[in-house]
Amino acid sequence: MSAAWITVLTVGVGTVALKAVGPVGVANRQLPPRVAELLSMVAPAILAALVVTETFAQGRHLVVDARIAGVAAGAVAVLLRAPLWVVVIVGALATAGVRLIS
Amino acid sequence: MAPLMPAVLALGASLGVLARASDFPAAAVIAMSATTFAGSSQVAAISVLGAGGGVAAAVVAALLLNVRYAPIGITVAQSFRGSVWRRLAQAQLVVDESWALAGGGTVRFDRRVMLGIGGGLWVAWVGGTAIGALLGGVVNDPSAFGLDGAFAALFFALLFAQLSNRRAVTAAVVGAAIAAVLTPLTPPGVPIIAATAAVLVGWKRV
Repeated sequence: MSAAWITVLTVGVGTVALKAVGPVGVANRQLPPRVAELLSMVAPAILAALVVTETFAQGRHLVVDARIAGVAAGAVAVLLRAPLWVVVIVGALATAGVRLIS
Repeated sequence: MAPLMPAVLALGASLGVLARASDFPAAAVIAMSATTFAGSSQVAAISVLGAGGGVAAAVVAALLLNVRYAPIGITVAQSFRGSVWRRLAQAQLVVDESWALAGGGTVRFDRRVMLGIGGGLWVAWVGGTAIGALLGGVVNDPSAFGLDGAFAALFFALLFAQLSNRRAVTAAVVGAAIAAVLTPLTPPGVPIIAATAAVLVGWKRV
């Protein structure tokens, strides 16, 4: 089986289980506030790391290239409250544009 | 939810195109949208694999992004009824948007509203992914058409939506720093997972 399919199956099973924790598992219990607080910090930490690697990483090197233009343009779109799919298109166009002229 | 469906359809389509550009099979990304049904984790898995991070790193990064569904599910657990299988199936329609729009986290949470919105979004998400995956088959390099920059911009947007308090901002800053420091030192994928250590700064403030 290919890497893509193993990933699809494993992430699928894991996510189904995570979504089931509340509705199927715990019913009337609550997470300790401290644990809930820490769990709420996981997503921003990982997403910020993905912004860094998707913008600057090339293998094991940090480089500055046309992708930074895509992130910058996407960030402007985000601040203007554009929907996510618009951010994707703006990011792609800005990156391709800078690559074309550089 | 009506204005949300075209947006989710379009976002699903962009996911499909990004996936194909990262050499992810069309059927695999469509199956992933149908089963995982959680956008940020899907993009994370696909981008980590595309960057050469390997299956283990891709899976761990994606599942860490979905850990939030445990506490989210717990906030609405009491409104679910029926057999285990019924609750398991209905729980899959709890996503950030359906949870929030149905009053998640408040006493007014309405499970039927959540199921209606979640079901509509599922159809739009899977349909959009299929459209993008089939149209995107002609693209076979993420840097074509600037799609590598689009990945980065999408992660920025997803991050921005999470920055609702100081804790989240701290986690993001520390996570970004960890990733920047580790990128030259470790194989791709490791910096993403190591960034989770950013939550340790939360321990200090007891």
